[in-house]
Amino acid sequence: MQLTLWTYEGPPHVGAMRIATAMEGVHYVLHAPQGDTYADLLFTMIERLQKRPPVTYTTFQARDLGGDTAELFKTAARQAFERFAPQAMLVGSSCTAELIQDDPGGLCKALNLPVPVVALELPSYQRKENWGASETFYQLVRHLSQPRSQAPQAERVPSCNILGPSALGFRHRDDLAEIRKLLTDMGIAINVVAPQSATPADLARLADADFNVVLYPEIARLSAQWLERSYGQPYSKTIPIGVGATRAFVREVAGLAGLDPEAALAKVHSRAQWYARSVDSTYLTGKRVFVFGDATHAVAAAKVAAEEMGFAVVGIGTYSREFAREVRDAAKLYGVEALISDDYLEIESRITELQPELVLGTQMERHISKRLGVPCAVISAPVHVQDFPARYAPQMGFEGANVLFDTWVHPLMMGLEEHLIGMFRGDSEFHEDAAPSHLGGAARMQSAPEPVVVAIEGAPQAAQEAVTLTVAADKTNTGGACTWDAGAEKELKKIPFFVRGKARRNTERYASEHGLSVITVETLYDAKAYFAR
Amino acid sequence: MSTVDFPIPVKAASGCSDAPVLRERGQHEVFCGLTGIIWLHRKIQDAFFLVVGSRTCAHLIQSAAGVMIFAEPRFATAIIDERDLAGLADANTELDRVVGQLLARRPEIKLLFLVGSCPSEVIKLDLSRAASRLSAQHSPSVRVLNYSGSGIETTFTQGEDACLASMVPELPVQAADAQQELMVVGTLADVVEDQFIRLFAQMGMERVRFFPPRRAADQAPVGPNTRLLLAQPFLADTARALQARGAQLLSAPFPLGVEGTTAWLQAAATAFGVTAQRFEAAVSAPTARATAALARARLHLEGKSIFFFPDSQLEIPLARFLSRELGMRLLEVGTPYLHRQHMAQELALLPEGTFLSEGQHVENQLDRCRAAHPDLVVCGLGLANPLESEGMTTKWAIELVFTPIQGFDQAGDLAELFTRPLVRRMRLAA
Repeated sequence: MQLTLWTYEGPPHVGAMRIATAMEGVHYVLHAPQGDTYADLLFTMIERLQKRPPVTYTTFQARDLGGDTAELFKTAARQAFERFAPQAMLVGSSCTAELIQDDPGGLCKALNLPVPVVALELPSYQRKENWGASETFYQLVRHLSQPRSQAPQAERVPSCNILGPSALGFRHRDDLAEIRKLLTDMGIAINVVAPQSATPADLARLADADFNVVLYPEIARLSAQWLERSYGQPYSKTIPIGVGATRAFVREVAGLAGLDPEAALAKVHSRAQWYARSVDSTYLTGKRVFVFGDATHAVAAAKVAAEEMGFAVVGIGTYSREFAREVRDAAKLYGVEALISDDYLEIESRITELQPELVLGTQMERHISKRLGVPCAVISAPVHVQDFPARYAPQMGFEGANVLFDTWVHPLMMGLEEHLIGMFRGDSEFHEDAAPSHLGGAARMQSAPEPVVVAIEGAPQAAQEAVTLTVAADKTNTGGACTWDAGAEKELKKIPFFVRGKARRNTERYASEHGLSVITVETLYDAKAYFAR
Repeated sequence: MSTVDFPIPVKAASGCSDAPVLRERGQHEVFCGLTGIIWLHRKIQDAFFLVVGSRTCAHLIQSAAGVMIFAEPRFATAIIDERDLAGLADANTELDRVVGQLLARRPEIKLLFLVGSCPSEVIKLDLSRAASRLSAQHSPSVRVLNYSGSGIETTFTQGEDACLASMVPELPVQAADAQQELMVVGTLADVVEDQFIRLFAQMGMERVRFFPPRRAADQAPVGPNTRLLLAQPFLADTARALQARGAQLLSAPFPLGVEGTTAWLQAAATAFGVTAQRFEAAVSAPTARATAALARARLHLEGKSIFFFPDSQLEIPLARFLSRELGMRLLEVGTPYLHRQHMAQELALLPEGTFLSEGQHVENQLDRCRAAHPDLVVCGLGLANPLESEGMTTKWAIELVFTPIQGFDQAGDLAELFTRPLVRRMRLAA
């Protein structure tokens, strides 16, 4: 049993729903009690899809448990088939139905439906959403794909499948558009995109492509590996997030397609790259960032942060245990220890401890950051209604790199403003507790416990009742044996709040390493000199 | 069953008192009882709700209201994993450990609810034994109670019913010579409670308690001199438990709209011997305000048709309000569960021939809804946007549960929840 306040991923059947909902012509019959239908609103409210997810829930009740829940399943499956006439059906159990062991696959077989039925075994008490999505997609690919229909011709245009985009994905909609255009411009034909908008018939012709482009390994790597083994289709390993990775991706797919990448690369003019190099961005140098998300986005964001923004990665982590190895490998590049956890409290305490200047995380970390007064940009699922912007905002490709630059720089204090605060500390506008002026936030007092008002986001308007909690905002005092004298305490206040925690921590560390029991103004500046980067 | 009746100004056995009800079985597009935690944890300010369930339960509560309140909330989930199922870890030992961990972290908690879920019910994890064990262990600083919010037993607001019912045995026994006291049962917004307290005070009724209380320790005594007035229509088990302790239920419609609020207050006033004059003096000003507010809303709503999907059990009282005070036409009124006794006065006030349905087969109901072409559809979050994209105008049912809508001074706000979608559609088209 695990005490959980917030969860990064839903149960595996929600992953299956993400595949079914992304596709066309598929219907998912889920053996589940009433209440599990909440999952529909993830798609209709958060993603604002205009159709209901193609899912039928059997809705068994306590009084059915002694009786015939199996019959209930068969009725629901038969009715769903008649009403929705899908080309293929998925059947499976949610967590409760898994316990009553009705075997939806076997029951459905007895119905003799005239379409392929794929039975899903998604162990709810071991696995989570992304695993469920990956497994569902894999099962569909295994069951529905067919060997290549015609022999490859010499004159053919090289073609690929794009695998991974699904419902409820973080910017999948725009990533797909961006990568589709990139590949098309390179002269590569797109055979099938899946699961997004694919039909079962489309999955049947996956093998017609020369290779696969995997955009989201959490969802599509398992399928791509199977396609490689079964049909000899290689797949791309580079995730095109950031300018450097997109260039590497162009080279990789050009290699897979037998094309020359240089023509495509010569055309690239990246605004993000120029902006990062422009003198205005000097202030970004060495900003300490903490990165957390699904493995793919976390690893990619850390690379962009370090190589394309000039930040210092002080921490990296993921909630995807299945991809822990990739994140551990990345952590080594930055000389930090990877945080592999889906315990919200553990991540919160790591951020508190590290006092980064910017957090690149999920919506969870955005809220942690809000509480700690640290700027944050969202880079990964779990998704929130804000992660489905009306505008075009990919993360991938060259345009995606531009979006990353804007999104990550926006929460920060602008360079000149940072200097003004350093110079005129008592100014009524540019003072040490001022928030970045372009964000319009009010000044925050960091030194006293304060009520933090948290709006309920994405909630029905009338439910936007503010929730007020008292949070000790200054969690930066790390305790220890040393005390601050009044002068040092006063001097510390003159340091802008967004670096004050780091200054306090460094000074205390310096004091304890040097056996000082009282911290004076001198100690503060000694420590500053000692830790100067 | 002890019921104190008061003369209600409609003829008996009229309206929909004996109307046929379509009972359906199929996919229920409603939340389970766990969802009630979203408002209950705000209401009882020193209580904590620990769901003993699966990742699905945790994900449901997190997603259900479309909310993510990331300040540390007063609810959490003890997620059952395969070790608990395989018997490798004794689930009770694990639960004790998790509760210990939680209480160490949150020393301000005075009342802890262990909330049963579908998985905990199916594996027959005995949470009532766990609650008494943990109560003994952590008393006197923390009381531990349990109830089930599972979807196999409860629909949405029935979770509140189960929660409140679990608190009833804890209430102190009323002194035998206690004066008659009113207990208003069901979660109301604090602002609404305060308004009712003022109204009752103006009628000379000072002995009024609300259940659930805002603080866990603030327990109203209960006994034969307790008069119960239900503020919410979904409290069958709670009312039964309180009646079993001698309390007498006052029969009334629910305090929605001018008519409902007046009759609801009147039921209490009659039981407490308030004179007609004094009652009139207390309610006349707020009645006038509410009537004026409703007159404005009526311009938008009169003659418009409405279709209710089942959600909170508030559907019948809402339909009564919309039809009688705002002139709306009721095409179908769906409710997850129809409690004929508690709903008796409401049913009598519904227009004769209203189409009532109980339970749900969501696909069949959607067929009926599309065929009926309502001007406004009240439905859950999973259906609203798909229906909007089909061209219908919808109102999220959950908003009716999360908004202060009871009483005179909220009647206008309640009407506005229905006018806003219609007005919005008009504006966007213009």
